[in-house]
Amino acid sequence: MSDVNNPIEVVELLAVISILVGTIFSFLSAVGLIRLPDVYSRAHAASKSSTMGVLFILVGTFLFFIMEGTFSIRLFLGIFFVFLTAPISAHVIMRSAYRSKVPLAPQSVQDDLKGIIEIEGEREQ
Amino acid sequence: MIKAILIISLGFLTFAIFATIYRLVKGPSASDRVQALDVLGINIISGVAIFSVFLRNTGFFEVILLIGILSFVGTIAFARFIERGVVIERRK
Repeated sequence: MSDVNNPIEVVELLAVISILVGTIFSFLSAVGLIRLPDVYSRAHAASKSSTMGVLFILVGTFLFFIMEGTFSIRLFLGIFFVFLTAPISAHVIMRSAYRSKVPLAPQSVQDDLKGIIEIEGEREQ
Repeated sequence: MIKAILIISLGFLTFAIFATIYRLVKGPSASDRVQALDVLGINIISGVAIFSVFLRNTGFFEVILLIGILSFVGTIAFARFIERGVVIERRK
């Protein structure tokens, strides 16, 4: 183990711990992907905490390489793009799942979207 | 120290990828599988980032950006196919 008094070493250690936190978030989202009952709650677990995990990991990588002396605009663009598109793709998948009538979990109590979709279908006809 | 933490986080990521593959194989509906593929792409991005820190090599960042874009485009195409039956509509 190297000396902790060097500030560059401390920031690199912080970056690597941020990577560890991000992978723990990804792991928890994968546990949610296994255990939750229906598509919609699984997408809730998967999209939110997995995006959070990948953001922690990429920001940790960015910090690590800044301390190494390289500022990479490509990695910054990757962070921005993943942050922008991961919720959108989850939204589009769940929209298509609802339109193709994937059933909700049996223990769910309320479906507000059902009435709205029926009204919309009547208006189109 | 840094290498030990990176190896632990790669272990967590491996568990996450195996859980995602379980959902990809088992998932009852097609939307489950598309969602699992999307999460798998995001986990692969994380893995490439961790390996680039592990090898101290900046050459993998293009791979991160590229996998992000391709995963997004593929997910949107699959979702449009499930919703409407066609990916690109023909205007009349």
